[in-house]
Amino acid sequence: MLEVKDITCGYDEKFVLSRINFKIKKGGLWGIIGPNGSGKTTLLKAMTRILKLREGEIFFEGNNIAEFGFREFAQKVAFVSQSSEAGYNMTIEEFVLLGRIPYRRQFQFLESKHDEEIAKQAMILTDTLRFRDRNIGELSGGERQLAVIARALAQEPRLLILDEPTAHLDITHQIRVLDLVRRLNRQNDLTVIVVLHDLNLASEYCDKLILLSKGLIHKIGSPQEVLTYQIIEEVYDTTVVVEKNPISSKPYILVVSEEEKAKVL
Amino acid sequence: MNEKLISWLGWIFVLSGVLILVGAFSLSVGSAGIPFKKIIPLILEGRGTTEYSILFDIRLPRIILGLAVGSALSVAGVILQGMFRNPLVEPYTLGISGGAALGVCLNSLLKLDRIGGILSIPASGFIGAVVVIMIVYSLSTRKGILKIQGLLLTGVMISFISSSLIMLIMSISSIEDLHGIIFWIMGSLEEPNMILIKVMVLISILGLCISYLFATKLNAFNLGEEEALHLGVDTEKTKRLLFILASLLTGCAVSVAGVIGFVGLVVPHFMRMFVGGDHRILLITSALGGGAFLILCDTLARTIISPLELPVGVITGIVGGIIFVYFLSRKQVNL
Repeated sequence: MLEVKDITCGYDEKFVLSRINFKIKKGGLWGIIGPNGSGKTTLLKAMTRILKLREGEIFFEGNNIAEFGFREFAQKVAFVSQSSEAGYNMTIEEFVLLGRIPYRRQFQFLESKHDEEIAKQAMILTDTLRFRDRNIGELSGGERQLAVIARALAQEPRLLILDEPTAHLDITHQIRVLDLVRRLNRQNDLTVIVVLHDLNLASEYCDKLILLSKGLIHKIGSPQEVLTYQIIEEVYDTTVVVEKNPISSKPYILVVSEEEKAKVL
Repeated sequence: MNEKLISWLGWIFVLSGVLILVGAFSLSVGSAGIPFKKIIPLILEGRGTTEYSILFDIRLPRIILGLAVGSALSVAGVILQGMFRNPLVEPYTLGISGGAALGVCLNSLLKLDRIGGILSIPASGFIGAVVVIMIVYSLSTRKGILKIQGLLLTGVMISFISSSLIMLIMSISSIEDLHGIIFWIMGSLEEPNMILIKVMVLISILGLCISYLFATKLNAFNLGEEEALHLGVDTEKTKRLLFILASLLTGCAVSVAGVIGFVGLVVPHFMRMFVGGDHRILLITSALGGGAFLILCDTLARTIISPLELPVGVITGIVGGIIFVYFLSRKQVNL
């Protein structure tokens, strides 16, 4: 579905990503992980055409993404940022209906019944329908993130890209958001790429992980293949203990403070 | 018909009513007192009388010009506030009005209207506005990212520079030109040239219609430029076109009526309080409300110390300035 082919990109003269290559199959839930400054957000910006590539190409369903029209691309790929805020207040329903903009014709000023139905379905899926008439500014961080995902779903995308959707959320909302993402992936056949900082969440929810380090791909594979203590210590330069989650059998990472480490060694 | 559309039509209906009432009030008020009840008989059988001439040769063109200029400045304000996601941005605070005024003053100094005709005046206002908006935008942009914090300060600085250059032009102008520039610069709807009034009306209608085609895109800009791009908006192209449109509206308004500040700030702000931030209704209501607001301010300006007349820019400046300061102190707004 998505092929990132030998891309190099960055800001001004600085290269943030070098020679990145990977392929993502349809229907997968992929996580991008890596330390701060490793190029995760830059990679997302390249995949969503915010950032121009210096070298290489990105293909979506066999077509170079640079050749898509703006609206056409937005009908295929939706993006959920860390925090989305409206400059002027609007209701959740109005906010979600913005996701129908890529489908709006030049002289179509009002939403069609179809647009309203799609937005309603997106709100049902994300459990935001109950506060459709509330203002976006009145929502908590977790509720707002669900509304942002609803807006992205209203775009009826085939690929959903999320940039740290659980940042600034408490554990309840982190689980709620990622459970929703996985449900969308499994039940609605939506391919998902999500950037996550929390390695345990990435391990628990993603089928495959791309570990970035200093602008390069360090490792691609299943959570079991990527999240070993050797790899984490090498990339994050910190001591960890990796155990197996007794329920999901996925790896989970325990951190070790310098003080505790000194006691053992 | 859904509820939203009914509510929008309701607002349009109410504001149209307000506009008609304000227009009728303005028509009947002035140093030559013509009671409201005499207006209809005058329209029907008063042709040729002095009162008829006062109503239709003096007051009505002012009302039409007030409607056109007020609408143009308000629509320009809505466009700029929508693009920059900042409620304090408008043609005056961004220095666009100052740039347009400088363009018109240069036209006057170089006597370009003798070569290019009367239409060279709005054209030079438009060019001045475009130049300023491009300068303000490029000075506030770092590495392709617009720094809203610097935008208003840059606009104010550019406005100061424009004012200084206008003073320079005034200091080297002839006495007759100087008198004209001073009165024009303070803002007045007393425009004897019907061609300019017609041009202004045309530009206002055109500006509203074209801006309406961008209403959905402005709604997307409400989420920020990057988010708008994710929603399929060609942000760079849209910004360029909207800059040109805002410059055209401001440039023409300034060249015909002088520098009338804060209309583009006050009106969209009030309209947003009533109809919300959706540009599909905000643009229309701001156009109607802007027209009514400026007609009302002009009526005050010409009656408050009657038979003398205040420049309308003084009234809008006082009202708008107070609201600007109030808004600034109430909300945390990026400068």
